[in-house]
Amino acid sequence: MTTDPSQVQLTADGRLKHFLTTEGLSRELLTEILDTADSFISTQERDVKKVPLLRGKTVVNLFFENSTRTRSTFELAAKRLSADILNLDIAKSATAKGETLMDTLWNLEAMYSDMFVVRHADSGAAHFIAEHVTPNVAIINAGDGRHAHPTQAMLDMLTIRRHQGSIEGKIVAIVGDILHSRVARSQIHALRTLGAAEVRVIGPGTLLPRDIEALGCKAYYRMEDGLKDCDVIIMLRLQKERMQNALLPSEGEFFKLYGLTEEKLTYAKPDAIVMHPGPINRGVEIESNVADGPQSVILNQVSYGIAVRMAVMAMAMSGQQQERNELAEQNSEQSDVHNNEPGQEEA
Amino acid sequence: MRYLHIENARLIDPSQNLDQVTDVYVAEGRIHAIGHKPATGGIEHSIDASGLLLVPGLIDLGAHLAEPGFTHKGSIASETRAACASGFTHVCALPDTKPVADSPAVIQLIQEKAAKAGFAKVLPLGALTQGLAGEQLASMFSLSEAGCVALSNARAPFKDSYVLRRVMEYAATYDIPVFLNPDDAALSDGGCMHEGPTATRLGLTGIPQTAETIALAQMLLLVEQTGVRAHISQISCARSVRMLAQAREQGIRVSADTPLANLIYTDEAVTGYNSQFNVQPPLRSESDRQALLAAVNAGELAISSNHRPHEVAAKKAPFADAEPGMSIFDGFLPLALRLVERGELELSALIRATSTLPAAVLGQNQSLSESNWFNAALIDPAAEQSFRRSTLLSKGRNSPVAGKTLKGAVNAVFIDGRKVFG
Amino acid sequence: MHLPDIEQTCTELGQRLAAYLQQNNIEQPLLVGIRTGGVWIAERLQQQLQTEDGVSTLDISFYRDDFTRHGLHPQVKGSELPDSIEDRHIILIDDVVMSGRTIRAAMNELFDYGRPASISLVCLLDIGRRELPIQPDLCGVTLALEEGQLVKLSGPTPLQLSLA
Repeated sequence: MTTDPSQVQLTADGRLKHFLTTEGLSRELLTEILDTADSFISTQERDVKKVPLLRGKTVVNLFFENSTRTRSTFELAAKRLSADILNLDIAKSATAKGETLMDTLWNLEAMYSDMFVVRHADSGAAHFIAEHVTPNVAIINAGDGRHAHPTQAMLDMLTIRRHQGSIEGKIVAIVGDILHSRVARSQIHALRTLGAAEVRVIGPGTLLPRDIEALGCKAYYRMEDGLKDCDVIIMLRLQKERMQNALLPSEGEFFKLYGLTEEKLTYAKPDAIVMHPGPINRGVEIESNVADGPQSVILNQVSYGIAVRMAVMAMAMSGQQQERNELAEQNSEQSDVHNNEPGQEEA
Repeated sequence: MRYLHIENARLIDPSQNLDQVTDVYVAEGRIHAIGHKPATGGIEHSIDASGLLLVPGLIDLGAHLAEPGFTHKGSIASETRAACASGFTHVCALPDTKPVADSPAVIQLIQEKAAKAGFAKVLPLGALTQGLAGEQLASMFSLSEAGCVALSNARAPFKDSYVLRRVMEYAATYDIPVFLNPDDAALSDGGCMHEGPTATRLGLTGIPQTAETIALAQMLLLVEQTGVRAHISQISCARSVRMLAQAREQGIRVSADTPLANLIYTDEAVTGYNSQFNVQPPLRSESDRQALLAAVNAGELAISSNHRPHEVAAKKAPFADAEPGMSIFDGFLPLALRLVERGELELSALIRATSTLPAAVLGQNQSLSESNWFNAALIDPAAEQSFRRSTLLSKGRNSPVAGKTLKGAVNAVFIDGRKVFG
Repeated sequence: MHLPDIEQTCTELGQRLAAYLQQNNIEQPLLVGIRTGGVWIAERLQQQLQTEDGVSTLDISFYRDDFTRHGLHPQVKGSELPDSIEDRHIILIDDVVMSGRTIRAAMNELFDYGRPASISLVCLLDIGRRELPIQPDLCGVTLALEEGQLVKLSGPTPLQLSLA
């Protein structure tokens, strides 16, 4: 029986051993990720940016979907933890069948890999791998379909915490294509767990998924209403395909309604920060004046990305390691029992 | 004459409004007497059926038997045997085999395999369109002549409403019954589960209820226009139940069924990406489930198995990539009885929905009454069954009951008076 | 087992450190405490010596050699060092020196911040059981504990020693 994804990623004593989703993780654990990431930020400001924590470990970047950006930040994070990293870009067609996907993963596991960073077009792919394929390899979800992108969400949380002091009590609006956004889903869960006062999603009806409010956010169709009193504005990237799928008429109309301009920014609190997971479509989601303006923290997000990924990788590897050690201990205890002479009574 | 004597069984037959503890005497394949011993002849064999239910054999209005073409998933022999384990005497085989059941030769092959296996009788459903492609009419008259009880396009879409209209008109000409699965392919495109809060949370593409109801509306209007004898297969939505009731009120002759899975599970079962629950039609909301249960209890809706066996690999994939379907024959009866035990389904409604109504759809007489063929199942409702992957009768490894212990087991299945199972 | 008086040990250690600095011509030492106990001792010594830079802290969580055995410490707080430690004379301070592994990790970390002119090691207690060729330059008290016994410092106010 498949279990709750949030539980699959935890050890028996509640520590991270995979990182699949922000949903269902405790406030303490999310805060621990942010605290650890904070510590890594200080190492990233040195000349020597590497720490020896994961020396000798092998991390495989398994990207079933292209994303040079995300892959590079994971690669850099792994290298700065002194792990060996292997990059594999696997076209989805080659692994259309579940069987082939599993063969690929088992082969990599047989090469003594310690961690897979997985990007896949199917929602639940990372969870599937963690539960059914290679449970003894730490799995980091680098984006699965529309489901989750937990490291991106955590770097956004870190950005909010560093620039607004805390997440507790803040009003956060997420704007744009919520329907296809794994980032938005991961953000909503993390924001709610970390105590945001209100999470809002803003977009046209075609880009807001049905029953989105069941996730604990409030849906708005107009920027003027949705941005009112906001502390944080998160703009999402708009993919060009949306125009072909009859979800939107044109980029121009989208920008007119939802593009973040200096004028629309005034609806929010004067000290509101503006975020974007990148890469930005200037003039589609956001105008250049705002993207490069004083309230934008978009570039900071990028630099925190490495630290957050280092934190998550270190924590998941740590939990996975603990579980392996316990398993090895149990096995050795069992073999001790087997070594007992026949007829020898146990106390 | 020598009789098979079934003693002290609780005989439930909704077609006659019967629920009583009695004796049944069978000879030469037919029921000779109920209640009293016939005047002449002796007892050849007696079965003490105290505490057991004797019900008319279950008739499945739609199962995927995987043969021909997918014998790594199941065979006619393995799947009809698994059907017997839940009390089925007849199984309608959906035409989406390889090759598609769109020619008399394939129908003949299926019938031969079924006869050789000797378990539940297979009632082939021929294809409505060639290759199920939804474009050109299949040789519908020839298929009917070859022994198809009805014709269906499974869940394969029709190219457009023009083709659907012509399919119905042609079938109506020869009074061939058609089984139709309402599904608007454009609205369900890419979807793998019910569109609702769970799909949104899991980031899976949803199939809206309107994918079913819009297609159903179109079908009902064309059924009215063409006068075809139509059965709507595998509905999943509350709204469909209401639309069917309204259609019947307006005098449209139409029956319908729902898969058992849709009476048991809801879309929340998908939480955790359990690919076992990737099924079509999708598992819907709790209010849909309740409406379907109410319709079954009211005698408006039949229950089909929608049985679909798969090998392990077909389900070992991220949710949307897994093949849809559930191998439900082994667990069908205990799962249905659990609904009865919970008070969600009346026992007589269950028998009516799985035997009486399907028999009416197919124009068969499945009643347990004197001089009728003895097609029946003897059920021990209290017996516990432990299902293990290795002992499942279906070849499919995608059974929802694997690893579970459930109450309710079939003691014996009789087809035309012959014991074929138990 | 009789445990030494901390206040007194610290005061003596401070006096010996002042003499050590003079003897080695170290005018601007950088006091670096190892989290958590080492930082408390370093702060105590800083008050006494009134060095210019205050106390820097070193969190060796990312440098431990027992990650594969014990994993990551759940409360990593990070190191706080000045912008440059290049050519500085570092006084590395810890509460208890035992195997020497913590000191090795601390020195590895320091070198990732720059190339110091020198590193001297100051410890409140030395309980032996060394596993690496590392010895403190100054040590408050040397204790001979029984097998399996450990000593624990709690603080920061008051600083207290206990046996575990």
